[in-house]
Amino acid sequence: MNKNLKSVKNKGGREWLSAFIPLVFFVALLSVLSPQFLSASNISNILRQVSVYAVMAVGMTFVIITGGIDLSQGSLLPIVCIAVSVVLKNGEGSMILAILAGLLAGALSGFVNGVMIAYISIPPFIMTLGMMNALRGAALLITDAASVETKYAPFRFIGTGSFLSIPLSVYIFVIVAIIGYIILSRTAMGRYIYAIGSNKEAARLSGVNTKRTLIFVYMVSGICVAIGAILYIARLGAAQPIAGQSYEMESVAATIIGGTSIMGGEGGVIGSILGAIVMSVIKNGMVLLGVSTYWQQIVLGIIIVIAVVMDLMRKKVASTKNS
Amino acid sequence: MDKEVLLKFEGITKEFPGVKALDDITFEIKKGDVHVLFGENGAGKSTLIKILTGVYQADKGRILFEGKEIHPEGILDSRRLGIGTVFQENSLIPHLSVAENIFLSREIRGKSGLIDWKKTYEECRRWTNELGIDIEPRTRVSSLSVAQQQIVEIVKIFSQQPRLVILDEPTSALSDNEIDNLFEIIRRMKEKGITFIFISHRMDEIKQIGDSGTVFRDGRYVGSIEDISRIRIEEIISMMVGRDLSEQFPKRDCEIGETVLEVKNLTIPKMIYDISFRIRRGEVVGLAGLVGSGRTTVAKAIFGAIPRQSGEIFVNGRKLQISSPMDAIACKIGYLPENRKEEGLILNKSVKDNLTLPSVGSFLRFGLVQRKAERRTVEAYREKLNIKTPDIERTIKFLSGGNQQKVVFAKWLCAQSEVYIFDEPTRGIDIGAKNEMYKIINDLAGQGAAILVISSELPEIIGVCDHIMVMHEGRITGTLTSEEATQEKIMHYALGGES
Repeated sequence: MNKNLKSVKNKGGREWLSAFIPLVFFVALLSVLSPQFLSASNISNILRQVSVYAVMAVGMTFVIITGGIDLSQGSLLPIVCIAVSVVLKNGEGSMILAILAGLLAGALSGFVNGVMIAYISIPPFIMTLGMMNALRGAALLITDAASVETKYAPFRFIGTGSFLSIPLSVYIFVIVAIIGYIILSRTAMGRYIYAIGSNKEAARLSGVNTKRTLIFVYMVSGICVAIGAILYIARLGAAQPIAGQSYEMESVAATIIGGTSIMGGEGGVIGSILGAIVMSVIKNGMVLLGVSTYWQQIVLGIIIVIAVVMDLMRKKVASTKNS
Repeated sequence: MDKEVLLKFEGITKEFPGVKALDDITFEIKKGDVHVLFGENGAGKSTLIKILTGVYQADKGRILFEGKEIHPEGILDSRRLGIGTVFQENSLIPHLSVAENIFLSREIRGKSGLIDWKKTYEECRRWTNELGIDIEPRTRVSSLSVAQQQIVEIVKIFSQQPRLVILDEPTSALSDNEIDNLFEIIRRMKEKGITFIFISHRMDEIKQIGDSGTVFRDGRYVGSIEDISRIRIEEIISMMVGRDLSEQFPKRDCEIGETVLEVKNLTIPKMIYDISFRIRRGEVVGLAGLVGSGRTTVAKAIFGAIPRQSGEIFVNGRKLQISSPMDAIACKIGYLPENRKEEGLILNKSVKDNLTLPSVGSFLRFGLVQRKAERRTVEAYREKLNIKTPDIERTIKFLSGGNQQKVVFAKWLCAQSEVYIFDEPTRGIDIGAKNEMYKIINDLAGQGAAILVISSELPEIIGVCDHIMVMHEGRITGTLTSEEATQEKIMHYALGGES
């Protein structure tokens, strides 16, 4: 009986457990199935890959907690890469300015999404779907469908370098996650984000600036994509205008596997980070086991649906147990 | 007086983690009665209803319906057994017509397998006529008033020919003449041999409609009432609360100071016209009127939740530019909305997060919420308002209605408001908690707050307020002092009567 009371009380902070269990399961499974899985180079490879998704998932978490979704994440990635590449000019331009240009591109895209959603009340799904198409078109148009490059070594170091034999990009995503965690759990803005996702009208009548909060979360999403994009192009040295396709789905999947409710109002970034790692481990495992990429897509789809079903079941169990 | 027994509960027990919601409940309901379940919120009435309709399963005990033991497995199952339920929140589909709603999932089909509309409308009229109701079957439900929708809901249940109908607070959103109308329908159905279980917190109407009753307290059976017309309301109340509530409306004795809130010529076309009034320090002003008379619109317009066309609002003599609730809160106005669950609370967040939502900005240091200070403040309000929760981190939806409402009160206390607008502050909460609400209102007035109370319960508005303004169709039609106010006078103005 006591245990039950406790689970009610801590309901707010344990969502990330939902990603932790599958993570342990898949890591155990793959280390048995594939001898390479636990090798240092493979783990480092997974961590580098996961950085991009994890950072994007942090942004997606903010948006989904308000009850929204940001489908433009994947298409924003090449736009940021273009902005970085154009300013950097393979080292002729300033690296700091290039990074700022990338962040600005992300923030701007998020700002437009946020303003349209907050002020004109366009459903987030539609607004960001439109943005997704527009940005992809813009990326193809600007580059004439050719890839953009950054060969400047100090910039590349962000994506390829290591510190204490841990990839630099891991430090970056951990820092992003910590900042995200603090904003959500310790600031007034964090409270407002949860409040809007749970009951927008009650939040408004409690004096929450709902419009500003919505614009904020979409800007966070854009900035997170920008950070992810910088890690991406710094690691690969080049980006295709079609890069980042369906990354938004990976990001949504990571967020939901991490226990953030697709209905809004509940969740957190720690779960999303774990969710992103689960996704990367599964994908890595499939590659190691020689599963075709087409199958990987199917598996991704199935995982998203399972994660949502689990979210709904969690809710149902919670409401029948305690009402 | 030997009526046959329709429904019998035998030793019903239900336990939830941490609480015994029902403890060995045994009683019976006679055929053809309107049987009232009495009890404060949390006494176990709702749980019992949920067991009867199969939403919950009892841990122990039996239910005998028409002499047979039943084990309903859900609302639909209980309906098949002949038990119909009218929900607090109505379950109609707004975009469908009255007839479509009534025959939803039981559509009348012709030979072709398509819906036979002619017959559907005929059937619909037959049922409405039988209850003496005049509603056109083709009307869209969304275009009906709340009261009319509720009647459609009742017709829907009635058309399924139940033997027992459960009415859970059917009148909480209705005005007095709408209630009379509803009671008339209930009486007609009674004549046709239907038995009712009736839950309401309004004692005056229970006297009007109830035949027999059962009183619960803290999940236990307290006693049965054979004939409600022969018992005094005070006796029922003391059975419910286990003590005498000698003073339902505690007296207030506080000094009335200078004007705090002044509203001048507030107008929103087609909703409210030319509303002007002032509230002074320490004064409680009531706003009465039928549902839909514009009371809530006035409140929301002052609070900035609805844009106003024209009119001025002054607080402490300063003219305010209020265009959103944020502005109003910055000007020390607090608003307790009439729908606690939809507008007042973030249901899946904790007591603490709800309580400090408007004022969380005051707990910041270097941009971060100081959790210790916040917790201390919340604990202080919990103690001050006697909010019953095991923990301030408890998700608020698990609290009883009265305790939830106290949190909404505390929200505005914590935001240090000077002007309070309470819209139906005691709706759906039990008598004990109501009494505590009145004390809070008195304390606030004593501390110099200016308070506007909107209420549909006339005894409450007369008992609590210094002045009462009455609205009719968007205009203030009369103002009464608490000494001269009677329910009749208020109704006179509420129905548009001249002064």
